[in-house]
Amino acid sequence: MNWQKSFAEFWRIFAEQNGYLVFLRGLGITMLIATLGLLIGIVVGTVIAAIKVLPRYKKITRFFQKICDFYVAAFRGTPLVVQLLLAYYVVPGVLGVSWPAENVCVVIFGLNSGAYVSEIMRSGILSVDPGQMEAGRALGLSYPVTMLKIVIPQAIKNIIPTLGNEYISLVKETSIVSFVTATDICKSFREIGDATYEYVIPYLFMAIVYVIIVLVLTLLVKLVEARLRRSEK
Amino acid sequence: MNNNNENALIVVKNLQKVFKNNNGDTVQALDGIDNVIHNGEKVVIIGPSGCGKSTFLRCLNCMEDPTGGSIFFGGEDLADMKVDINKHRENIGMVFQQFNLFNNKTVLQNIMLAPVHIRIKKAGGIFAPTAVKKQIKEEARQTAMSLLRRIGLEEKANVYPSKLSGGQKQRIAIVRALAMNPQVMLFDEPTSALDPEMVGEVLDLMKQLANEGMTMVVVTHEMGFAREVADRVIFMSEGKIVEEGKPSEFFDNPQTDRAKQFLKCVL
Ligand SMILES: Nc1ncnc2c1ncn2[C@@H]1O[C@H](COP(=O)(O)OP(=O)(O)OP(=O)(O)O)[C@@H](O)[C@H]1O
Ligand SMILES: [Mg+2]
Repeated sequence: MNWQKSFAEFWRIFAEQNGYLVFLRGLGITMLIATLGLLIGIVVGTVIAAIKVLPRYKKITRFFQKICDFYVAAFRGTPLVVQLLLAYYVVPGVLGVSWPAENVCVVIFGLNSGAYVSEIMRSGILSVDPGQMEAGRALGLSYPVTMLKIVIPQAIKNIIPTLGNEYISLVKETSIVSFVTATDICKSFREIGDATYEYVIPYLFMAIVYVIIVLVLTLLVKLVEARLRRSEK
Repeated sequence: MNNNNENALIVVKNLQKVFKNNNGDTVQALDGIDNVIHNGEKVVIIGPSGCGKSTFLRCLNCMEDPTGGSIFFGGEDLADMKVDINKHRENIGMVFQQFNLFNNKTVLQNIMLAPVHIRIKKAGGIFAPTAVKKQIKEEARQTAMSLLRRIGLEEKANVYPSKLSGGQKQRIAIVRALAMNPQVMLFDEPTSALDPEMVGEVLDLMKQLANEGMTMVVVTHEMGFAREVADRVIFMSEGKIVEEGKPSEFFDNPQTDRAKQFLKCVL
């Protein structure tokens, strides 16, 4: 293989024939799916975790806890690709609707990461001294209010570094979204390759791009972690 | 001390508490407690470890839900699970052995949080007019500052709890409960987690409250405090009230063998 020629070909497509625009759009979609996915995941995961740590003596809470257990088992027990395919090809047919691939990806990544985030949140919440909840309740604050104002803000400090890692793994996992026609980083480099039927250089570049993203995010997580540890004092 | 029932603040009838352990065992922590706590009364609860003192105290505001009997307070039976317990807890201050200041809030925020939240909720929650919210916050801030001034810790208003000594934390925990303007204060071994040199400052504050006429129920091992401050001493053993009476009578002339034995160990 002629590396120099391959690279020249790639560079021609990438720099001169708007390949970089395809790439930037892919980068945008990847980050959008991972970011919105994480945000939805945090909301869903927080709700599930809050329900799971409720005291168990009321029938209605046990009922909701069962639902949450089922949710977590369902999303953790099946491959993400399968969830994407079902949501994009099966569900719209059943419901008689259609929705854009990117939206499906955001929702599924969000729901899926919610199942994982709920476990992260739950252990974070359980790591907070139970006396904090007691003090809030003893003052007449309700369970949800104490949870939101006192317990979760403290749990977040333990949780944020782990959530950062969840975000990084979401970014990596988005590389499967082309299964449902979304055009992420991975797809954008395939399209660049398609233009010349030469994939070696584009895929090498793709790998380098992912490595750079992950390194940058890892650095950010470290910085936030250090910052949180300082504000603890 | 007035013993007529109009003056009763908390009426406890045949209170039962059974704990279920994870392995299926049950522990009868309280076994038929009957008692009346009167307005302005200072009651000190003593007894050997594991006799149910904390459980009794924590049942009074349903931090532990009773498994039988009743607790009449504010015209309702708190043991009834349908009662809005939060409403009553506003009127029952509680102070813990481990202080339990909110770690994520400054001292001032610790004191203001519950009064502000609860008053804003009563004024309509998020729909309350901004001016009303502002006023509630300002009033709570002033109350909090005057409480801090009272305990000489106003310069700590914007400090986080991790920067405070144990004695400071506990005094702030006490005024945090006072900020709700409660009808009664419950103390569960408030000085047991303190270094000896800080016990005095906390007991002094509690004595002040007692002198101002606050109704107080105190679980403690500080027999000097019990003798000096209590109107009535309750001695518990194995989930029951074994003996109660004026501190002078109880300490100098205990009636039951168990009380005699206990006092021999602690005095
Ligand atoms: N959450 C719980 N689960 C199971 N058993 C409990 C629980 N809390 C208390 N108990 C049991 O109930 C009994 C009474 O406990 P309690 O804490 O009220 O005693 P205490 O008089 O406050 O003792 P101490 O002086 O050590 O604080 C003990 O046998 C204790 O083991
Ligand atoms: Mg105790």
